[in-house]
Amino acid sequence: MNWIEIFRSGISTGTVLLIAAIGEILTERSGIQNLGVEGMMLVGAMAGFKIAYQTGNVWLGLLAAIAAGGLLSLAHAVVTIHFQADQTVSGLSLTFLGTGLALVLGEGLTGQVAPIIPRASVPLLSQIPYLGQVVFSDHNLLVYFGYLLVPITWYYINKTRPGLHLRAVGENPAAADTLGVNIYRTRYLYTFVGGCFAGLAGAAISVAIAPGWYSNLTVNGQGWIAVALVIFAHWNPWRAALGGYLFGVLRRFTLDLQGPRMLFGLANPFFFNTNLVFFLQMTPYLLTIIALVWGSSAARKKRIGSPAALGTAYQRGERGR
Amino acid sequence: MRSKLLLFVSLFLVFAMALSACQTATPPEEPPVSDVDCGAASALEAEGAYQVPAPIEGCFNVAFVYVGPHDDGGWSQSHDEGRLWVQENVPGVHTAYVENVAEGVDSEQVTRSLARKGFDMIFTTSFGFMDATETVASEFPEKDFVHVSGYKFNGTNFGNLMGAMENIKYLAGMLAGSRAKTDGNPKIGYMATFPIPEELRLGNAFALGVAKTCPECTIDVRFIHTWHDPTIEQEAAKSLFDAGAQVVMTGADTPAPAIAAPEGKWGITYDYRHNCTHDACLSSMYWDWGPMYKIEIEKSMNGTFAGEAVYFDTYEGGMGLLGFMQGEEYMPGVADLPAEDLQMIQDELALFMSGAKDRFALFTGPITDNQGNLVLAEGESLRQVDLDCFEGPDTPCEGGVGMYWWNENFTAELP
Repeated sequence: MNWIEIFRSGISTGTVLLIAAIGEILTERSGIQNLGVEGMMLVGAMAGFKIAYQTGNVWLGLLAAIAAGGLLSLAHAVVTIHFQADQTVSGLSLTFLGTGLALVLGEGLTGQVAPIIPRASVPLLSQIPYLGQVVFSDHNLLVYFGYLLVPITWYYINKTRPGLHLRAVGENPAAADTLGVNIYRTRYLYTFVGGCFAGLAGAAISVAIAPGWYSNLTVNGQGWIAVALVIFAHWNPWRAALGGYLFGVLRRFTLDLQGPRMLFGLANPFFFNTNLVFFLQMTPYLLTIIALVWGSSAARKKRIGSPAALGTAYQRGERGR
Repeated sequence: MRSKLLLFVSLFLVFAMALSACQTATPPEEPPVSDVDCGAASALEAEGAYQVPAPIEGCFNVAFVYVGPHDDGGWSQSHDEGRLWVQENVPGVHTAYVENVAEGVDSEQVTRSLARKGFDMIFTTSFGFMDATETVASEFPEKDFVHVSGYKFNGTNFGNLMGAMENIKYLAGMLAGSRAKTDGNPKIGYMATFPIPEELRLGNAFALGVAKTCPECTIDVRFIHTWHDPTIEQEAAKSLFDAGAQVVMTGADTPAPAIAAPEGKWGITYDYRHNCTHDACLSSMYWDWGPMYKIEIEKSMNGTFAGEAVYFDTYEGGMGLLGFMQGEEYMPGVADLPAEDLQMIQDELALFMSGAKDRFALFTGPITDNQGNLVLAEGESLRQVDLDCFEGPDTPCEGGVGMYWWNENFTAELP
């Protein structure tokens, strides 16, 4: 079993979840919950692959994916911010809408080959033993984008003025409004940004990590995992990164575990009975449930947790909800 | 305000549903007055989460139930290709399909609804549809049902259909062995889906083929517990390549082994003939369901359908090894293999095509498992019942050989 390969691949596949989860964190921090991540990712995966295939330019594909995810999220923004409809219902129907759109527009793309995101190593850093091989060598460029995205988003949310406004809008929109923050504009903006990231995450699958278009099986539920990951991460980009990479590592680890006959000097149970792998494959999901339970009790004690205004529509001048 | 809001939300939902329905909904054409156009699209009606098509009066109506999307690039698409072939080549037949049907209760409702709407014959194309199809078949004795890849049948109106893909996997094994030997790295990977008899049968057939062209080659295995998940398949293929495999063969749908193959290594894809599009793909072991469907449909049309277990062999058609069948060209990774190896594969293929060799001849002793036990002695063959069975008390192959063994060139342990 090659630990370097396992961690490398965990980081690479975890990047998809990371990008989608960070987009959703930004959206939810503004008080809008968008459960349509799966739909937006699928539209992004389709648009990215289709444009990359038609133009032969993978970067145009990425742009198309970002635009497609962002545009779709605007439907959710209009419904929930302008018309103040229920965010859960709208988010769920956004998944249907996105899936349907992706299937219609993706017809005939199966079996095609499109250019993919190039791979690269970071000079010098990739020479570090072990760490360099795992983190800095021969990854597709989106993985490095993920590395940059985490600290930047954290800094933006917690240390900058627009980030302060974002948090204020998500925690107490009425107070933010009296301070002159435009609630509607802020929420529109971050819903759109969240959609752009979801679209990018979808394209990260279809033109980088598992290249190709396989209808609605392309994304195969990873959008829902990203939504769960946001809660797992307590709306914190660092934890989202940890969760995403951990998920990726476990997904790969369960496969490699079937290879060696001996493990740490003992007979490897997963070699002799691959049915045990069924249980291992549950672990990421079990961990999510445990994190949810633990998270809700920790949230009560430490007052960390969901943005206070998450899921509620804001109407100017209305008080005492 | 509130009612306006509700109205908007419901309008939005209707819009969303209508759009997601578009994947199959094309406006039904008016049938010509004199002659019914059986090739026209079906009218669709939403039932629960599914779009259920309607039959066309005056045609022999055949419906297909798919477990995945009709364009999944694998198993379900190979069936849809077959359906389109039938529509094109069997006059008087109208075909329609329902896709993405969940196994279990959903599949039973969809199948029943198709029967009730008036379809004359229904094909259900996933192993998990077996019991549902059996139940619905007993409710509609005047209609015919065919379940693909199962083992149940009732002798009247419920039959099953499957083919000897093991023969093709065997030929693919010869191809993989030749490639690995030529590249000087005698290691091969098998990406298996679930630990079921079918996957062990196909793996063993592949391994017997490998031994033919590369006696020193060994085979490593990963079970991925899914039939179709691009990301997991990609990871499993990489896992095998990282562990040293030179060629990886898959039992799942996507061309992941060919995509994940590092420079100079190779993948072999499964199910759908058009998914072998990458240069690192050696071949696709594909299904060709159309002609097999035609046989069953014609039986039903002329009243001779008897609900049997149909297990077609290579000489009857229904399958192929991409690049080796008539009118096909070798993939780039095959063309530079030693001519005598390619000739050997062609010769074996010719034996299968003529019927001189079949699945029983393929599984004929001496065969030794990787524990050193003799599975089949010289001249002994497996029986049909052994092919889809793990030997044990109260199984169809009790006291026989079954499929719970790995051929001697597997390094992996039994699941």
